Amino acid sequence: MVRAVTIQSELGFLQKVQQLNWGLVVLLSIVASIGIAALYSAAGGNFSPWASRQLVRFGVGVVAMIVVALIDVRWWYKLSWPCYFIGLFMLLIVEIMGHIGMGAQRWIDLGFIQLQPSEVMKIAVVMVLARYFHAANLEDMRSLRFLIVPCVIILAPVGLVLLQPDLGTSLMIVMAGGAMFFIAGASLWLFFAAFTIAGASIPVAWHFLHDYQKQRVFTFFNPERDPLGAGYHITQSKIALGSGGIEGKGFLQGTQSHLNFLPEKQTDFILTLWAEEWGLFGGLVLLGLFGLIFLYGLWIASRCRHNFGRYLALGLSVNFSLYVFINIAMVMGLIPVVGAPLPLVSYGGTAMLAVLIGFGLIMSCNIYRDSKVTRV
Amino acid sequence: MKKKQDSAKLFTRRAFVIGALQLSFLTILGGRLAWLQVAQGERYKTLSDKNRINIKMLAPSRGQIVDRFGVPLAVNNQNFRVLIVPEQTGDLEKSLRSLQKYIELEEEDIQGALKQASKSAKFVPIEIKDDLSWEDVAKIEVNLPELPGLSVGVGEIRSYPYGVSTAHIVGYVGAVSKTEVGGDPVLSLPGFKIGKTGIEKKFDLEMRGRAGNSHVEVNVVGREVRELNRQNSVVGKRITLTVDGELQRFVQTRLEKEKSASAVVMDAHTGAVYALSSSPGFDPNLFTKGLSATMWEELLADSGHPLTNKAIAGQYPPGSTFKMVTALAALEAGLLTSQKSVFCSGYYEYGSDRFHCWKRGGHGTVNLVSALAESCDTYFYEISTKVGIDRIAAMARKLGLGQKLDFDLKEERPGLVPDKNWKLGHFGEVWRPGETIVAGIGQGYLQTTPLQLAVMTARLVNGGFAVKPWMTGYVGNRPGVDVSWPKMDMNKWHLELIKKGMNRVVNHENGTAFASRIKAPNMSMGGKTGTAQVRRITMQQRLDGVENKDLPWNHRHHALFVGYAPIHKPRYICSVVVEHGGGGSSSAAPIAKELLLEVQRRNPAATVLKPEDGNNIAGMNKAPPRKPRLIR
Repeated sequence: MVRAVTIQSELGFLQKVQQLNWGLVVLLSIVASIGIAALYSAAGGNFSPWASRQLVRFGVGVVAMIVVALIDVRWWYKLSWPCYFIGLFMLLIVEIMGHIGMGAQRWIDLGFIQLQPSEVMKIAVVMVLARYFHAANLEDMRSLRFLIVPCVIILAPVGLVLLQPDLGTSLMIVMAGGAMFFIAGASLWLFFAAFTIAGASIPVAWHFLHDYQKQRVFTFFNPERDPLGAGYHITQSKIALGSGGIEGKGFLQGTQSHLNFLPEKQTDFILTLWAEEWGLFGGLVLLGLFGLIFLYGLWIASRCRHNFGRYLALGLSVNFSLYVFINIAMVMGLIPVVGAPLPLVSYGGTAMLAVLIGFGLIMSCNIYRDSKVTRV
Repeated sequence: MKKKQDSAKLFTRRAFVIGALQLSFLTILGGRLAWLQVAQGERYKTLSDKNRINIKMLAPSRGQIVDRFGVPLAVNNQNFRVLIVPEQTGDLEKSLRSLQKYIELEEEDIQGALKQASKSAKFVPIEIKDDLSWEDVAKIEVNLPELPGLSVGVGEIRSYPYGVSTAHIVGYVGAVSKTEVGGDPVLSLPGFKIGKTGIEKKFDLEMRGRAGNSHVEVNVVGREVRELNRQNSVVGKRITLTVDGELQRFVQTRLEKEKSASAVVMDAHTGAVYALSSSPGFDPNLFTKGLSATMWEELLADSGHPLTNKAIAGQYPPGSTFKMVTALAALEAGLLTSQKSVFCSGYYEYGSDRFHCWKRGGHGTVNLVSALAESCDTYFYEISTKVGIDRIAAMARKLGLGQKLDFDLKEERPGLVPDKNWKLGHFGEVWRPGETIVAGIGQGYLQTTPLQLAVMTARLVNGGFAVKPWMTGYVGNRPGVDVSWPKMDMNKWHLELIKKGMNRVVNHENGTAFASRIKAPNMSMGGKTGTAQVRRITMQQRLDGVENKDLPWNHRHHALFVGYAPIHKPRYICSVVVEHGGGGSSSAAPIAKELLLEVQRRNPAATVLKPEDGNNIAGMNKAPPRKPRLIR
């Protein structure tokens, strides 16, 4: 904290590298390693097809994360709106492509990577809200007129994602945006009102849900209703978790996953595989690691001296934790199956990259925590 | 600046709230995990095992049925089947067609396999054809490299080496019918067979054995991954019969010369049955493979009733073979002595009715022994009127007639021994004296089975022991029957007198079966002929002198013979019934002679029965043939 007395206008490269949160990097690496180990097991003790590729992606992601972290947070401040609009534009392209007969798609194939605009949007919304709230004071936060713009910022991508249709992701964006409102100090009454309106509109929204989405909700409330049909995923996941017991069945010994009773074991249900093989012990270790990562984000946000950094770091951290909660709650049968991967652990390139870039931004907020961010 | 500080304070507060929320969510998730893995762990462990473990039942081998020498009468043969796993073939139909190059394959076999393949998972083996010959198996095995996905499987099929000869006693197995399913889960195994008739049915449970099981780990689509543990099935118990398989075959072959006949060969002292045949019969091996409808219809329509075991279920009037009963009843009642003689003029008059002797012109003066030997009807007409039906009936029952004898085959029929009460109860009429006269020579209402006649003969010649027939020597290692037969209260000299008469039937030149006497050295037989009327001979026929052989087959008399051998120390009993065979002396006695000659040659009584663990080898443990012991 001694170092924080001077306002660092410019930092040397080595200083920046020194300021990188290596502890956080280690935590992320451990979690990713757990994911890779689980993927190795999911393939029946093989690096192919999942574990090796995941390892490469993590490596690429870590490099991207460090690059992002080393870029001055003021650049990110400036790039917020462009990022947001690029994301919005890509969502539109995906939407239009779907309409001109290429089928419902959620990604743009760039050849080397399948870019999911919604992943970009999850970060961009947080960035642009952090920027918007950066200059706000408490009065602004209490003025409804001031909050119209951020509402539009959230709802524009949400609308486009809903058209894909991807209910889960759109809800995630809404929640991430809501969290930004809360972080930036919006009145609690506002949240109260929003929840009331949302609660009242559920019956209306129900009509707009697709059948498979309704099915998922039904199934959630009663998974045993149709254990071999819609309730299959939840039931089998619970069986896998429960049968793991305290010590687990042992690495590579998970019967549920290896005998394919566990669906999508390498993506959404990776935690189930992990906890089946490593038991309560392994599960709690993973939860603990996530907890430490959350705290790390909280700590970085709280020591940041400009609003943009605070909001961005905490917003991204909360965004990350939302994904963790939703995935874990889903595989444990606490919420309906929504199709959300476990960040850092589940198999998937874009999601991994998006998460690590998010942490790059958080670290950038740490390195440049004392920079003076002015409105441009 | 103040505003900024307020905003910073607010941020700190809210950040704290967020941190607290995150940690509490994590705690909830951790708690949920602990709930699932600790509190509910056992339950989910069971569910997980249920998911992954399939329990396969392993069919038990059916216990063998062997004869008294340990020679198998019912065995399990290996049944080779060719199987195909669809997923291992590129094109299933093409593979089946290429199989046609090596073995004979009907078009319906191919279509059946294709149909079955379309209904089951790709990795499940499909049976293309079963009951392959060794040659076929060899052809397939040699060409396996060119026949991907094919394999030869081994199953078991029940087989009866003696075929038709033992069909009526051993019975056969067949598919489990819907009403029989239930209880034992092994019955629901595909292709499982259970006993339908005979010994196969009676000891079905004992021979069935116990199914084993194999716990197989399967994946979500049911493919077997590995076997976790296995409990082998237990072979069913071996049933050891008292029957002599070769003698059985000899008897059956002999009876097959007649249109319809049955015979029993048994032990006079123990009641053990050595052979029990009914002809025509059927081949039980056809039944295990599945009989065609036309063959079944043919069996049902055959006038020789091939599906009926006539040796125990055929009921015939005993005819003259019953004369020993009448005589013994009179002797025991004190109404007859060996000295008593009667003059036979060819008929006997009772009131206004005239009862004819079989011999036109009559036998002249006869006493008990010569009346038996020459089968004089007139003699027995007279003594039966003296004894009365009730005493005759009581003696008949005492000798084993008119009742079931607890034999091992449930098809056994009771026959009928009439008396006054029976007639009153059955017809509501009083017994007429004329009916006693008819009953005295084994006609009228009397009905007996060949088995009962054999038992009757045994009781007459074995010194008066109330033997019962049986043929289950051992069920596994457990003895089938307790052979300590009670001695009946009968005068030894009376029995000797009867035996003397039966001796003369065969060995005296006037005897009705003299032509069938045994001339072989050290062998002999005694017995009694019988000819049972199927229809009353009308006065017109008698006047016209109609010969029995001129009548249509099913109007002709039944030919009967009961015999024993040897004369001194009788050991073997034989009864023969030739349906519509004409006369007992002409068609039944010659058969009995052959059977008694053969059984004396084989002397099965000298071989001690061995339980399943006794390692009995055919032909071993023979006791000296001269001195047969009382054996199990």
